Amino acid sequence: MSAPKPAPGDRTVIGITFGNSNSSIACTNDDKAEVIANEDGDRQIPTILSYVDGEEYYGQQAKNFLVRNPKNTVAYFRDFLGKDFKSIDPTHNHASAHPEDANDTVAFTLKDKAGEDDAPSTLSVAEISTRYLRRLVTSASEYLGKKVTSAVITVPTNFTDKQKAALIAAAADANLEVLQLVSEPVAAVLAYDARPEAEIKDKIVVVADLGGTRSDVAVVASRGGMYTILATAHDYEFAGAALDKILVDHFAKEFMKRNAGVDPRENARSLAKLKLESESAKKALSIGANASFSVESMAEGIDFASTINRLRYETIGRTVFEGFTRLVESVIKKAGLDVLDVDEVILSGGTSHTPRIAANLKAIFPGSTTILAPSTSATAINPSELQARGAALQASLIQEYESEDIDQSTHAAVTTVPHITNAIGAVSVSESGEEVFVPIVPPETAVPARRTVIVPAPKNGGDVLVKIVEGNTHIKVTKPEPKANGDSKAAKVEDAGDSDSDFSDDEEEEEEKREKVWKIGATLAEAGIRGVKAGSKVEVSINVNADLSVTVTTREVGAKGGVRGTLSA
Amino acid sequence: MATVTVSLPLPSLPEGWLAEKDFKPIGKITKDGAIARTIEPIGPHFLAHARRARHKRTFSEDDRIQAQERAKNVEENDDGDISETEDPMMLQREAKDWKTQDHYKVLGLSKYRWKATEEQIKRAHRKKVLKHHPDKKAAAGRTEDDQFFKCIQKATEVLLDPVKRRQFDSVDEEADVEPPTKKQLQKGNFYKLWGSVFKSEGRFSKNHPVPTFGDDKSTKEDVENFYNFWYNFDSWRTFEYLDEDVPDDNENRDQKRHVERKNANARKKKKAEDNARLRKMLDDCSAGDERIKRFRQEANAAKNKKKLEREAAEKKAAEDAKAKKEAEEKAAKEAEEKAKLDREAGKKAKEAAKNAVKKNKRVLRGSVKDANYFVSGDASPATIDAVLGDVELIQAKIDPDEIAALAGKLNGLKVADEIKTVWTEEAQRLVGAGKVKEAELKAFKA
Ligand SMILES: Nc1ncnc2c1ncn2[C@@H]1O[C@H](COP(=O)(O)OP(=O)(O)O)[C@@H](O)[C@H]1O
Repeated sequence: MSAPKPAPGDRTVIGITFGNSNSSIACTNDDKAEVIANEDGDRQIPTILSYVDGEEYYGQQAKNFLVRNPKNTVAYFRDFLGKDFKSIDPTHNHASAHPEDANDTVAFTLKDKAGEDDAPSTLSVAEISTRYLRRLVTSASEYLGKKVTSAVITVPTNFTDKQKAALIAAAADANLEVLQLVSEPVAAVLAYDARPEAEIKDKIVVVADLGGTRSDVAVVASRGGMYTILATAHDYEFAGAALDKILVDHFAKEFMKRNAGVDPRENARSLAKLKLESESAKKALSIGANASFSVESMAEGIDFASTINRLRYETIGRTVFEGFTRLVESVIKKAGLDVLDVDEVILSGGTSHTPRIAANLKAIFPGSTTILAPSTSATAINPSELQARGAALQASLIQEYESEDIDQSTHAAVTTVPHITNAIGAVSVSESGEEVFVPIVPPETAVPARRTVIVPAPKNGGDVLVKIVEGNTHIKVTKPEPKANGDSKAAKVEDAGDSDSDFSDDEEEEEEKREKVWKIGATLAEAGIRGVKAGSKVEVSINVNADLSVTVTTREVGAKGGVRGTLSA
Repeated sequence: MATVTVSLPLPSLPEGWLAEKDFKPIGKITKDGAIARTIEPIGPHFLAHARRARHKRTFSEDDRIQAQERAKNVEENDDGDISETEDPMMLQREAKDWKTQDHYKVLGLSKYRWKATEEQIKRAHRKKVLKHHPDKKAAAGRTEDDQFFKCIQKATEVLLDPVKRRQFDSVDEEADVEPPTKKQLQKGNFYKLWGSVFKSEGRFSKNHPVPTFGDDKSTKEDVENFYNFWYNFDSWRTFEYLDEDVPDDNENRDQKRHVERKNANARKKKKAEDNARLRKMLDDCSAGDERIKRFRQEANAAKNKKKLEREAAEKKAAEDAKAKKEAEEKAAKEAEEKAKLDREAGKKAKEAAKNAVKKNKRVLRGSVKDANYFVSGDASPATIDAVLGDVELIQAKIDPDEIAALAGKLNGLKVADEIKTVWTEEAQRLVGAGKVKEAELKAFKA
């Protein structure tokens, strides 16, 4: 089928997150994004299809069939789209339909027709995707009361052109126009920035998208509402499935304590039940301090019930939780930055509901970094909904565009631009008379860019120097003062009473102090403003033009005229 | 974008600052000061940017492709650095023997080992999974053989757990670099050979950075630092990886405790052996380290030099003192002689002066006698007495120089009046100076 091309005025648009584990659909209502619940009432819709007696099930219903009908259930297929068999990882498909090699693409064999004699069909991953997207579109259309024609869909940052083309084709076959594919982390940033109370600020944002089978972390420079990805990492070890596995092993062992010799993991059906219930327990532990676990006929007809508390869970999951932290640290390092450079951490994806992960991340960042997760911030958006919301917002922004317009606007000729590597700023004087860098345009800002600051003039006014310089940060590390000896320590032990608190005191004292400091670099220009009134302020504007020439404009606030000059590139 | 307000004030314009239109361009943003990156085409601010960019200029297709190619790519897809041919023997391994497997080799990371980053391990794991997943083999019609796949999973489990990885790295003999043999060392390359030994050994260090071995150009300080660091080496190396399995059924408590104790002792023993090994290695290395010999010689030479210098200084000091004493003695003697001469000269001069005074006095007295005591005819004894009395008086009141001067004036005078005038003037001078009273004078009254 050729790609559908409705006229801009005839479009009904939604945002779609087409995830490897779960998908979501979202629309906008008065400029506010809203995630749509499907007919089952789910906003996180498992990316799964299942066929029973020729009937197609999708989402949570299909997921439940992993126990009784695994062979005709297909899950975790999104990542196979546009790939050949050689390069796929079938690990997560072991408990459902297995991927196969079919003429350079991946396929699944499913019995999707009712007749006893009907042979099973071999369906390409593209066909599976089309069928699944069709179900999503139907659910959204029912909710909106209008046929959905077009969508913005989120994709991982490492989706290749081939994968993107395959997704657009699969959507076309479902009669869905793809307005644009946007990258997942940036959709999450947009979801936050589009809130009415949000202020557009220059900031460095880390988006940790922790999903079911993969975790993707991106460092994003947010500059005047435009986003540039500085570094990414994609991880297939530390994700929700690893936490499920820990609980599966835990409950299997508990079961075996009572039923020696029966390992529920050795039977496919028992394992499927164990997995589903472990995932439920895991989700319950994100909210409560305890979770119950109960499975009828877990193995060999034996029912099993157990409980787990959060502390125990966090202990057995320690290595995975720490893995997430290291992953985030590694991407920041890859971007050439330090944790002190990060202004915001957005936790996105289902696994980001886990309080321990947010708490561990909070611990590695300075207090000034905002950690946007349900357990650390009251105003956080549901991490499972961020990407779909961002996609819906983008869809509403471009739904009036001709598709050629969208193509041209998103082309590399428009998106690839120089980003300055050093900050540009002015020089102020501290109380002690030292020169201090005042950043105006931060590093990693795309050009053209324009920024303005207001700086006080010297107390008594007069002629004022506006010196425009480049600047850079470095991390200053102050080692702790060597501890005072003997007697003061002895005194402290007496005070402290119990040795435990004494120990933690020591730990804290020994910590070195790390701070971010600006260093003044090369001078770009000097401007003089004459006869400024006492107590007055000065406005400094910097324009970095597309050709890297710089225009400086500065004047006393409220005064006419001022000084203006340009540095050619 | 909102305008930001800053609290610290701007400086005043320096005295004498001048620029055309009060603006002084100094630098600029160079090409190196910017990097091409891709802005994500999303959100209202991007759309505004796109509108501006598109309406300002049009790009030819060529420009477009170039723009794309110039952008710094943040996604990396190459696994080129983790490709290694798989040893067929290794593929036959059984997962239950995981303790003896080389986890790095299983993942194709033999050349990285303890240096492999977490990201490399994950990428290597994924690559192996893609190749060896049993479901794929099954799909290809091969029997379900998941032994090597389980080896891969085990290797990843160990290497991605920092604690377990250290335990394995502690006993990863493949990463060891054996100390060079005497024979190897005879061929030279001392620094390279030992350098790689310590580089490898340094992986166990709790402290970082680990100083490098250096070469024959290293400074004494660096070399001392190096050996100090290593003789005080703080190692995280542990040996629990080599533990004997502890039976984990509950019946055999005693047996369990016995194995645990045995393991603890074995670990302790191995740790002690490892420390001894390192110490011996250091001793061997430092014994052959030419730098240490050289520094010692240099230190000795420096010490000797100091000694010689000190002796020379002492000798010189002694000589100086002696010379000084001699000089002083000589000076004293000379001074004494001079004083003696002076004294003698003084005596002579005094005598001469006395003589001169005597002579001059004779002139003075002679002058009045020549003037016949200022009378014509024979002078009466009273007159003579009066004149000579005044002469005596004046002579007594004036010093030898004045006597000489007076004698000078009188010398050669023959006329009595002139002589008298001289005397009278002298008498009056003395009266004026208050040395003589008018009344005392008899002959030379004014
Ligand atoms: N409330 C929760 N607490 C903990 N984990 C959760 C929660 N909700 C969902 N998850 C987990 O998040 C994962 C799915 O995340 P999602 O972002 O939907 O995945 P993907 O990006 O792979 O499609 C699953 O492992 C699921 O168990």
